[in-house]
Amino acid sequence: MTCLETFQTYALRSLGIGERLLPKADITVCEQVVLIGSGLIWNIYFAALALFAGFFLATALAVAKNSRLWIIRKPAEWFIFVFRGSPLFIQFFLAYEAFVLLPKAGIDFNLFGIDFTATTRWLTRAWLGATIVLFLNTSAYAGEIFYGALRNVPKGDLEAADAYGLTGWHRFRRIVWPTMLRLAWPGYTNEAIFLFHATTLVFFSGFPAWRQMGDALYYAKYFADKTFNPFVPYPIVAGYFVLMSLTIITVFGLINRRLNRHLPQASRQKIRLRLNLIR
Amino acid sequence: MMFYASFGTVLLLLAVTAPMALLFGFGGAVASRSSFLPLMLFGKLYTSIVRGVPDIVFFLFFVIALDQGIEWLRHQALCPDWTAPIRQGSDFLVCPAAKMPQSNSPQFWHEAYNFALAVVTFSIVFGAFASNVLYGAMRAVPKAQLETAHAYGLSDRQTFWRILVPQMWVYALPGLGNLWMILIKATPLLFLLGIEDIVYWARELGGSKTTIYAYPHPDWRIYYFLFLLVFYLCFTRVSEIVLERMTRRLSRGQATMAGEEQRRAA
Repeated sequence: MTCLETFQTYALRSLGIGERLLPKADITVCEQVVLIGSGLIWNIYFAALALFAGFFLATALAVAKNSRLWIIRKPAEWFIFVFRGSPLFIQFFLAYEAFVLLPKAGIDFNLFGIDFTATTRWLTRAWLGATIVLFLNTSAYAGEIFYGALRNVPKGDLEAADAYGLTGWHRFRRIVWPTMLRLAWPGYTNEAIFLFHATTLVFFSGFPAWRQMGDALYYAKYFADKTFNPFVPYPIVAGYFVLMSLTIITVFGLINRRLNRHLPQASRQKIRLRLNLIR
Repeated sequence: MMFYASFGTVLLLLAVTAPMALLFGFGGAVASRSSFLPLMLFGKLYTSIVRGVPDIVFFLFFVIALDQGIEWLRHQALCPDWTAPIRQGSDFLVCPAAKMPQSNSPQFWHEAYNFALAVVTFSIVFGAFASNVLYGAMRAVPKAQLETAHAYGLSDRQTFWRILVPQMWVYALPGLGNLWMILIKATPLLFLLGIEDIVYWARELGGSKTTIYAYPHPDWRIYYFLFLLVFYLCFTRVSEIVLERMTRRLSRGQATMAGEEQRRAA
């Protein structure tokens, strides 16, 4: 099989398209590169969805944690503490076991006289269950980053907003929120990279890879087990992840430029990479 | 009973790994600061590679790589007249004498060996992070302190050990504290390395098909994992409090704002 044929056979294997059987004997480097790259689709899917949804919840959490009302502040504080204080790995396990216990058929409930049936059977599948966990987890981490930034919004900005008669939603949308994002962005970039790295945990933590449709690390481990040679598949994964990290940095850097566009050159915030966190 | 013992495994891992990672980190930081070029490059390469890649990749990679490396070295040393190639297709074959641990040794040694591999892997990965923190801390010590030391006629080595090292801990502590939290949260990954830790036992005892209990019981895994979650939450909370105390203790007598405030208050 030439490399092009391998690509056609396995490029979308992780989505269930193409050859069912994974290569068993005489595994070539090309097959490894293609299959691991195919698995990377899952990583991108998890990270993109969780980051996008998490962004909104994180903003809400930051505002809630900053609230003066005890009843709004406490839940946000607890949410952030629970998800930041415990290992993501355990969260995956717990969520999976909880989802398994839900009735298979779905839950019937009655809301305002209309009958609903909540479908629960997708929750034990990685594509939904793991995304929910990652979404909640990244919301907690980003919420803390945003909260820190929210506390650091300059006093002068707020006073100027008051002077212009901006209040409530308008003040938040036009003044507080953009400044908060600008201040939080470098930290948030790091968070995005860690989240991307954390997506590798999904298929090692209870969530089964249905029909061997797994992520990049799942295939890498498959090859390492099959060939008993870790020196090829793992460096391939590492290479893919370094590339993806660089892509994230580029994209977030562009957004950072846009957020800082009104400031004079010298006082712009550069994104400093501090890759010294895992979860 | 094994479930409780496995908490001991986790605590033992933390107790052994933390100093070892600190040692690796110190070595890495000193290497990165070195004026000898290859050593400096090695230090920088070590930290930047380990930090750019998901840690779990390293956990999966290093364990096999170290295992095969050790067996290969023993193979070279113990069986020089072994002619068959080591990699035969998809097999990794060394002579029986080079097997590590020996196939006839008791179960305990197999587990201990796996645990040792895990400790070394954790130390290598977290050493890279610690090295980054310590490198930053060494650069944060005020220049004037070092210059004063030189002015008093201290040699480079004396300046390093007597002035720089005692003072850098205050600057390193926030970063190291963070790292400690992350290390706590990385311990469940032991399970992936094939060690019978708390995650393993939680799955084993909670599952309805367990062989440990004589009587059948429904799926309790969710309660076991809930308990683990609470355990980790308590652990991080306690660590936070202890670290706060340590920061206060270390700031005493330092040329920083916190140290100055303490001096005034006293």
